[in-house]
Amino acid sequence: MTDRPDAGAQIVVEGLVKRFGRFVAVDGVSFNVGRGEILGFLGPNGAGKSTIIRILCGLLRPTAGRALVANIDVSRDPEAVRQRIGYMSQRFSLYRDLTVAENLRFFGGIYRVPASELAERMRFAIEMAGLSGREDALVATLAGGWQQRLALGCAVLHRPPILFLDEPTSGVEPTSRRRFWDLIHSLAGDGVTVLVSTHHMDEAEYCHRAALINQGRLVALDSPEALKRTALGGELLLVACEALGPALAALRQAPGVRDCSVFGSALHVLVDDAERAAHDLPAYLAANGIPSARATPIHPSLEDVFVHLVAADVAERSVAA
Amino acid sequence: MSDAAAPIIVADGLTKRFADVTAVDGLSFSVAPGEIFGLVGPDGAGKSATMRMLAGIMRPDTGAITVNDVDVVGNPEAAKPHISYMPQRFGLYEDLTVDENIRFYADLFEVPPALRDERAARLLTASGMSRFRRRLAGQLSGGMKQKLGLTCALVHTPQVLLLDEPTTGVDPVSRRDFWRILYELREQGVTIVISTAYLDEAERCNRLALLHGGRVLYCDSPAVLKQRMPGALVAILSSDGRAARAALSSKAGVTHLILVGDGVHAVVDDAERRIPELREALRRAGVPFSDIAVSAPSIEDVFVAMLENGESAR
Repeated sequence: MTDRPDAGAQIVVEGLVKRFGRFVAVDGVSFNVGRGEILGFLGPNGAGKSTIIRILCGLLRPTAGRALVANIDVSRDPEAVRQRIGYMSQRFSLYRDLTVAENLRFFGGIYRVPASELAERMRFAIEMAGLSGREDALVATLAGGWQQRLALGCAVLHRPPILFLDEPTSGVEPTSRRRFWDLIHSLAGDGVTVLVSTHHMDEAEYCHRAALINQGRLVALDSPEALKRTALGGELLLVACEALGPALAALRQAPGVRDCSVFGSALHVLVDDAERAAHDLPAYLAANGIPSARATPIHPSLEDVFVHLVAADVAERSVAA
Repeated sequence: MSDAAAPIIVADGLTKRFADVTAVDGLSFSVAPGEIFGLVGPDGAGKSATMRMLAGIMRPDTGAITVNDVDVVGNPEAAKPHISYMPQRFGLYEDLTVDENIRFYADLFEVPPALRDERAARLLTASGMSRFRRRLAGQLSGGMKQKLGLTCALVHTPQVLLLDEPTTGVDPVSRRDFWRILYELREQGVTIVISTAYLDEAERCNRLALLHGGRVLYCDSPAVLKQRMPGALVAILSSDGRAARAALSSKAGVTHLILVGDGVHAVVDDAERRIPELREALRRAGVPFSDIAVSAPSIEDVFVAMLENGESAR
């Protein structure tokens, strides 16, 4: 996937800075997104994700740096950018007291879809959302998953080559969420470039690459698989035992243990060498009065990676400050 | 947690209807002392209605609830000293400071000032909020508001803590902080019932009820839940996930193909038998792939598989 951005980048961000008074919301961010690529945008609240998306949509001017969307400089011609992008927010921005068809017609007007194409585009959106036969239903009567797919249909009515999705799946049930991601992948397969921000770490798994933003800076950018393989800087063990509290305290002093935390009924332990620690730690715990512990190497989740990288970034900055 | 201990919370056959919607439909579960019990499911699964009934602020249409052997349905006032309930929108006073909010809730629960100050200091330290004691609640971030809500709910050290979606909209770092506090409370013997729409949070609970449409799909530990996955999940690492999916779409024994960023996840009936077949199919179709191996299913994988198999604990 890493070769995709070079194949005709649709979004190019170089040294992007945005200040609000003394507050630096975006602090020298650079990245590319290739045609047909799905890039996930992850980060704590207030990390600068929305600010970057608003700059890319032409709604905010950057303080410094450059952003090209579909080869158009967003500060020079924001209007031309807006014609080439679709945007879907977490609130779906649908009119709940209008019908499915009325919503589509309304958004068709806003996006200036030519009258000659509107009927065909509406058919496409209705079919994509799985709403055939329910064109006259009020949006308020639709379950969350259908509203979500309709909102996506509205956002792509004008065939934008670039799509911005801001936390698109909050609270939607898992089967609907899967269907939604299937649609996103089929749009990407047709060449649409997708930038999606999310709090659901498991959702970042659906993205070709994930960008981690913390306090306005890009902390990591890679495929989910590569992030899980390399970003922790160690290997993860699941340690099951009685007396989690004392075990936690003991393991924090153990050789080769970098970090340790409670996870459910067990402990997650970050070590240099999982295989060796899986062998050594139960004996170490037994020597510290905690018998019959079991240690199993596990694969880290993207949440493990995310939390680790953010903590490392925060620590690095407090050293620099 | 020890299964032998007598349960501190028992919910038996809870049903709640709103007009023609059955929000909670014959829900039964029990929670052992010192356990973190999850009510896990998407929006509309019946989580909040269940929480309100447990807290004694909403009467079930049918069914019984006891907390510490007190009948919550028949005598909610008698149950309240045992329980602290943090609703989805916890009533923080935005124009009061962090300290003032804590003092307000402490007074409400008639906590003596000396005890209150000691507890507040400990909780604020645990949540990393000591620096913000003089900040107005309205100026806190979402994650910090949730931590302040938890501090207010805990200022009278209840035996049972009911938390209704405390981590919704909270970023992963704050979510981890929040869970760290819950684990510390569990160490101190507090029993916690927590609802969440984040299926991955199910893994953090001792036991959980997986809810859908007001009914229990499953009720046990997360480890046992994962073993209930019908079939196995096979992860295929490929730079061309769509081609991989197309090549495998009509293969025998494959029930699901899910496109992910790194390739495709296939749900198969028998991994050992199907992996060689899938590998061969990919080769024949000329699809590039770097790895194909059994992968641990997520709670979401299990949830979706259970829904589609129409499986239910009832």
